[in-house]
Order: sequence, then C-alpha cells, then structure tokens
Amino acid sequence: MQDPDYDVVIVGAGVSGCATARELSRLEAHVLVIEREEDVCCGTSKANSAIVHAGYDARTGSLMARLNVEGSRLMPSLCESLGVDFMRIGSLVVCTSEDMLPGLEELRQRGVDNGVEGLEVVDRPRLLELEPSVAHAACGALWAPTAGIVNPFQLNVALAEDASVNGVDFRFDSRVSGLSRDDDGCWHVSCTTGDVTCRVIVNAAGVHADELHNLVSADRLAITPRRGQYYVLDTTAGNHVRHTIFSQPTALGKGVLVTPTTAGNLLVGPNAEDIADKEGTDTTAEGLAEVAEKSSVAVRDVPLREVITSFSGLRAHQPGHDFVIGEVAGAPGFVDCAAIESPGLSACPAIGRMVAGIVRDILALAPKPVITPWKSHFVSLERATAEEWAALVETDPAYGRVICRCRRVSEAQIVNAIHAPLGARSLDAVKRCTEACMGRCQAGFCTPKIMEILAREIEGVDMSDITKAGPGSGIVIRTDRDGSAGDGR
Amino acid sequence: MEERTLTCIRCPRGCAVTVTLEDGAVVSVRGNSCPRGDAYARAEVTNPTRVVTTTVPVRGSDTERMVSVKTAGDVPKSKVFDVMGALRGIEVTAPVEIGDVLLADVAGTGVDVVVTKRA
Amino acid sequence: MTRYDVVVVGGGPAGLAAALSARGEGARSVLVIERDTKLGGILNQCIHNGFGLITFNEELTGPEYAARFEDRVLAADIDLMLDTMVLDVSDDRIVTCVNAEDGLVRIQAGAVVLAMGCRERPRGALNIPGFRPAGIFTAGTAQRLVNIEGLMPGCEVVILGSGDIGLIMARRMTLEGAHVACVAELMPYSGGLKRNIVQCLDDFGIPLLLSHTVTRVEGERRVEAVWVAQVGDDGRPVPGTEVRYPCDTLLLSVGLLPENELSRQAGVELSSVTRGPVVNESLETSVAGIFACGNVLHVHDLVDYVSQEAGVAGGRAGAYADLIAAGKTPRQGHEIALRARDGVRYTVPQSIDPARMADRLVVRFRVGGVFENRYVSVYLDGERIQHRRKSILVPGEMEQVVLKRDELLAHADLSEVTVRLEED
Repeated sequence: MQDPDYDVVIVGAGVSGCATARELSRLEAHVLVIEREEDVCCGTSKANSAIVHAGYDARTGSLMARLNVEGSRLMPSLCESLGVDFMRIGSLVVCTSEDMLPGLEELRQRGVDNGVEGLEVVDRPRLLELEPSVAHAACGALWAPTAGIVNPFQLNVALAEDASVNGVDFRFDSRVSGLSRDDDGCWHVSCTTGDVTCRVIVNAAGVHADELHNLVSADRLAITPRRGQYYVLDTTAGNHVRHTIFSQPTALGKGVLVTPTTAGNLLVGPNAEDIADKEGTDTTAEGLAEVAEKSSVAVRDVPLREVITSFSGLRAHQPGHDFVIGEVAGAPGFVDCAAIESPGLSACPAIGRMVAGIVRDILALAPKPVITPWKSHFVSLERATAEEWAALVETDPAYGRVICRCRRVSEAQIVNAIHAPLGARSLDAVKRCTEACMGRCQAGFCTPKIMEILAREIEGVDMSDITKAGPGSGIVIRTDRDGSAGDGR
Repeated sequence: MEERTLTCIRCPRGCAVTVTLEDGAVVSVRGNSCPRGDAYARAEVTNPTRVVTTTVPVRGSDTERMVSVKTAGDVPKSKVFDVMGALRGIEVTAPVEIGDVLLADVAGTGVDVVVTKRA
Repeated sequence: MTRYDVVVVGGGPAGLAAALSARGEGARSVLVIERDTKLGGILNQCIHNGFGLITFNEELTGPEYAARFEDRVLAADIDLMLDTMVLDVSDDRIVTCVNAEDGLVRIQAGAVVLAMGCRERPRGALNIPGFRPAGIFTAGTAQRLVNIEGLMPGCEVVILGSGDIGLIMARRMTLEGAHVACVAELMPYSGGLKRNIVQCLDDFGIPLLLSHTVTRVEGERRVEAVWVAQVGDDGRPVPGTEVRYPCDTLLLSVGLLPENELSRQAGVELSSVTRGPVVNESLETSVAGIFACGNVLHVHDLVDYVSQEAGVAGGRAGAYADLIAAGKTPRQGHEIALRARDGVRYTVPQSIDPARMADRLVVRFRVGGVFENRYVSVYLDGERIQHRRKSILVPGEMEQVVLKRDELLAHADLSEVTVRLEED
C-alpha cells in the first residue's frame, strides 16, 4: 500500500481552515489546504463584520459560546504575534425601549455564564458618556469591554502564511469534486487540479460544507447561505462611533451593527436573508434599503451619504444554530469544521485548536521540535508617524512611492504582498494584504498602477493577464485592434 | 427647401446652427457665432469631416508606452474607421516630438497623422 | 527646513499655470510637487481635441496643451519634485511630502497653491446593487488604461453618465473596436458639452437614454450584463421599465469630486456646493496664504478657464509670499459676500474685498438647471449693474460675469454682491 500523499487535507482556506492549518503546522504532519478560489480569504472570511465578539450572545453550553469566548481571549496575542491589526474597542448592545431593559440583564447573565468578563449593564447617562452618538431613544446598554475589531483579511492571510512557512502546502483554483475512502482507510479526494490521497480530511468548506459532508455521510448536514449586506463608509465617518454598536434584538428581529473598522472606516450592517444560491454574494436594492433603515435605530445620524462601497457576505447557517465540529460518525478521518457562521471569526483561534486537536488524536501526531516564528508584512502608512515612514523609506525606497493615494499604500507594501509566502497575484489579493483599493476612489486611481506592479513582479505575466479575483475576472480584454476579443480573459 | 439644425462642434460653445438647403445646395446659414461655424455647417450637410485622435504604441521611451496622435486636419467622416484601420499595427520609436509625421496621406485622405505627445 | 516662496501642489494644468504666474518676472522661488512621474496631470490621458481654443486660438489635444505649459515651466527656473506625494499641508504652510529618493521631506512655503484636481465618483458611492465583478470602471480609469497603457477595458460597453468623460470614452472605445450599447443619464439633460453629444454619440449611432439609470450589475467574476431602467421625476427607478443589456463593461461617468483631503487637513473651509475651498477674490482659502485653483476648487469644463483661474491664484500667492519674505503681515481683507441666487448654484469666489481686487474680477458660476431665455444679473445690494440675456444656460457649462473694481468701490456701504437669473 502506498503512503497517502498527505496526512491531512483541509478543504477551504478561510479563517477556520487556515487557523486549523496553522495549528497542524506545529505537529509532525504533512498538510495540504485545497481552496476553490484563487487565494485565501475569498468566501465568508472576506465579507463579514470583522468583529471579535465578547461571547455573551451564543447559547450557554453551545460550542459557539465556548469557542467564541476562548477565541476572544486568544485573539489579541495571536494578532500581536502575527502582525495583524486588532483593537479592543468594546461593544454596546443598545436598548431603545424601556420594556426591553430586562433583556439586557439576561444577556449579561448569559455572558457571565459563558465566561465573559467585564460585562456591565449601563444606564443612559453612562451610555452617553461611553457613546455620545447613540439614538435619542437609547435608554441603556450592555457594555462589553472585551469585544474588539480585527482586520479579517490580514488575519486570514497571516494564518495561512504562518502555516505555509511551517510546511503546509496550499493549492488554489482547486475544487473538490468527489470523495471516497479505500479499504486501507485512505481518503481519495477528486480535485480539479489533480487527485490527492490523505488520512484525514478537514471540511472547512464554508457554505459548501454540507455538500462535502453529504458525500460521506447519510446523516445529512444542511447549510443555508444566510446573506448579509453592508455599507462601508469613508474614514471621514470612521469615528462616528467609538465602540461597536449593536441594536438589542426585538420582536421585529435583529438590528444592524454600526462599528469602526481597524482601517478607520465605518461599517454598517448586516441584514439577514436566507437565500438558495450559494453564489449569491450580490447586494440588492431591498437589502441595502433595509440596512439603511435599521442603521438609525441605535445610532443617531449615521452618515450614509459617505458610503464608498457596499458588499454582501454569506454565512453558513445550519438549523441547530451551532458550529458542527467533529469527526463524522461512519466516516472515520473526516472531520467537520462546518456551519461556522457568526461568531466564527471571533472563534477561529479556538476553532483551529479544537480541530487540530481532533486530527492530532486521530493520527497520534507528535509536536514538531522547531517552529519558524512568523510575523506578516503588513504595514500601515496611514497610521505611521512621519519618523516611522521616513525610517521605512531608508530600508526600502519603494516605501516612498505612494500607489494607493486614498489609503497611502506604497509600492513596497504591494511588492511585499506579491513576494509573500502565498504571493498576491490579483488586484483583490493585493487589496486584502495592503488596504489598497479600499479607499474613497475605490481603486479608480491605483488599478493601472497595481496592474503594472503585478506584471513587473510576477514572471511571465503582463498587464493584460492581471485579474481582479482570479480566473474569469480579467481586468482588460485582450484585443487585436480589429475588435476581436482574444482569449486573455 | 429644407432646413436642418445642427450643433456646431468647432468649439465648446456648440451653437445651434440652422442650414437652409435647396436642391441639396446650401442657401443660408444662421445661428453661428463665428465664421468657423458657418464653414462647419456648410460642410456638415454636404460633406461632413472630422479630426481623428487616437494612440499608437511607442518603443524605447523611458516614460511612455503609448503616444497620442491626430490627423493634422479634417478627414471625411466616412473615412474615420479607415484611418483607424491604417494605424493598426503602426508603432513609433522614441524619441518623438509633437508634430512628427507618423503616417502621410492616411487612407488616401491627403491628410497626415501627426504625433501629439512627446516621448 | 527647505524654504520656497510658493509651493504648488499638483503639476497638472492648474498647477503649471499657477507656478508660471507665481514665478512671474522676479526672483521668487517656486516649487511644483507632482505625484506622477511627469507633468501634465489629467491632460496626459485626454488625447482628444478641444483644448486651447481660448488660450492659444488653436484646437489642441490635451497632451499638446500640457506641453505648451510644461515647456514654459521648464524654461522658467521653477523647481520640480516629481513622483512625490504631498501628505500634509499645515495651516502655517509647512508642506510634508514623500518620495523614494528623499523619503519624507518638509518644506516651509511662503504661500501654497492647492491644485490637486479631482477624483471620480465610484460605483460604490452610488450603491448600484449586484455583484462586484471585474469590468466596472470609472470613465477616467478606462481612459487611462486605453490611452496610457494601450489596454482595452472591454468589448461590449454600457456607459452610465453623460458627462464629458463618459461621452469621450464612448467615442474612444468605439474607435478601438468596442461596441457601446448606450449611454444612460440619470437627469433629463446631458451633463456634457453639446459638441460631444454630436461627435461622440450621434456620429456612431450610440443612443443617449436620458432619465435612465443602471439598477443592477450581473456577473460574479466579470460583468455579464447590466439592467437599465427609466427614472421618474423623483430620480428613482420606475419599476417595470428595467431592460437587460448584455455587456462585459460598465463605464461610470457619474460625477467628479474635488480632491480636498489635504485642504481638509489644513483646516481649509470647504463649500458643500462646490466641494472645494471657499475662496475670496484672490482665490485665497480661509487659511491665510493657502490658495486654490482648477478642479480642486470647482470642477471645470474647459482647461482654458483652469489656466486663467490658476494664473490669478499663482499671481496672488506670489504677492502673498513677497509680503511674508519682507517680514510683513498680510492684512485681513474686508470681505463682502458674493451670493448665488435664483438658479445660480454657486459662484467662485464666494467673497470679495474690492480694495484687493484687480481692475477686473472674473466670477465663475454654474446654474442649477436648464434655463432658456434668462438674464444673468449682477446686483450690488439692491442696485442692478449687469443684466445680460442668455438664450440657454445649463449646469454642464460653466459661465462667468466680470466685475469692475471701480464699480464696487463706488457703491457706498456695499454689503453683498448677488449673481442671479431673472426672467426679464
């Protein structure tokens, strides 16, 4: 019998898959991450609220609650060591109706039961001190000082880079089309870029996790894509609120949140709409209108006219409303890491540990004696002092050439992203690593320049090959001047 | 007798010029603010012309990949795409100066194509 | 710290003309800081005709117009910092910039001229629903790709917005072999010059759909179609009128926004109407010694007027710098408000000190709608001093009135000047 190609194949390079990959990279195991898109962080992980929840929201005793609280505790030091932006700004669940105030206390108690620290129900005067911009109808709030915001793109990329530097392989543009297990207990993964064998499969396939699970188990998993739409407001609106503001859920449903982001923008959303189409990452007029309307419930005068873009993200919701993590009965070596909807991002450091622990126990993996420490290449010139910037230019003159004018992203940062362990190859990949294209001009100015840098830095690629987000999203069309399109798309 | 009103394109004012024709010949022109408008209107209804502006690739320049070019004068409007076709595949080599003739008598119009950007 | 009498932020047409005027005939030191590797600004990609009829009495392409000014700047002993981004202008006129050679540089200016131009409004600011595929470009970005990089954004094009850039790109893409299905325009009138409707749309049979907008983008990776609907009087799409246009490219020409981040940082007061600095007759902003001109001040249609306006700003900046260099404190002006009323949407400048005016002051303005057969009137308080008939006035074409200093000074206790439209 041949040894399988890999010990572990992780399907999905979102935060769950990459956190798991990083944890597994500390063990003696040969690991491959298979990802259908062209890069890490292309599914739910790139389209969410970027909140690190304190952990009072999830049902006590659930996996969500436990992993949220643990993840929230691990996140600051993880981000510090990886060089990822994280800010512990605290959150407020704002109550706008006196008869709902007891609900805040219930939430606080649930948080306490879940192990969250520092929770406090505050009255209106104290709320106004904390957050002057709350709505006139705000009568109290649950204050959670341990809540924070993180840069989800940086986090996902850094987790993956760390894993890669410590021996994990990654394959992109690769779809799993079939799974079977042979008599020796070896999994055969049919993959569009070449079949792979392994001992253990980690199903971190996001909204598609049910499809993968149902290939190996008659005990069906049902994932419903739950779409949420958001507005991103200019940094000029970035300090409209100081903390993450939630509206207390009412009989009419959950409200939307209003939060600063680590990059200084204001994020407003999401609504929640169950859809059928797993590719349904489009925004809709109705959804955006709903978010706009709900935005004013907890916060006064949200400056929606300062919108610079909007987006939608799909959460992998399953009816039991809890994470599905564990080896699947009847499918030995197949480990679900599924239904990772909110608080998935917050929980991801803990999810990674839990899943890696399950895999470790299945394969009896020993720890590696030596780990390569990893800190990612992210730099923010927007937040750097003049002296810090000058020092960077000393190390590399390309820090002195500003490419993305809106976010002050330099050529050096873009080149570093291209030459990083997993190497940005598209406009969106550069965007995730550097903040370029995320400003008020929405890549109008920097697109040609970034295309030029990508073409220059990547072997065998010219500007007409550059894509926005991988195959099928070529930015320009190859033509001969007779107008016939070539096959450069 | 036929009356046609057109927008003059000779300058950004875009005067509304009315041309009166009889048996295909221009009888009168009114509404223009200057002689160029008169000339334009007469030509437009009998023999419309245009200036063509486009770009061609340039080799050997430190600063440019493309240089802009134009027809040095008006060409018949019906020949605009012929001009574009004649320029297909044409490249220049740096250095080039504004006014350099890139292609003489383009598409048999008697008009040259000249460079409009230095490289 | 390096000192310059006048520092000009931006080396496009406004910056070049301001620098020349600031340099004047004397010994002033003038520096132009430009983020691109060459001068010329947006003119470098405006390869079409129509520039310079007023300035040179010739019809030039954008690069030719830019070259005329660039040659004069190069000959005029004006210093240049290219490939350099200005990061900050302080209210005491310290300019901070960065480039690869010098790193971070701080410069003390006697006077600063802001000439940063404008940026384009993106899709995101319009909240057009749908996917976020490749193939959506603002018209200016598409223009740069075609004219500077020699790359075609797409083959099947729909354009939203009938401002000049959208119209120009309709023609440009067509000449390069693309098919432009239509130009949709939200308003019931076009935002561009009439000549561009003729030579960019009519010439190629491209339909202009007034009172229409794009309501949806299809295509996950690359644009596959857009939906275009009629809009009602309230500017909102009329349900049931949506038409699907298969295409691979959506160009947006939906507004230019003066690029005033640096102005904001300097504490310069901005007008919510022009989105540019509020300025006095010298084109000086609310921060002493900081002047503004060109598209950063208010979006222009004709580069000739940009050059004229910049010439004024540069000259005034130079005069201010002379006072600073001589150790004198420029005195505060006695500003009289210049009001835009009754169909006039805004004026530049917004205030005048007659004692500091030149003999003649050009007041530029735009109207807020389409007006036929109106009078452009100027009032000094209650006294009408100008009353000029115009057969047509549209928002897309900037207008002007000229004020004479003598007239203003002669009017006792003048408290405000008004520019308005009157029916008779």
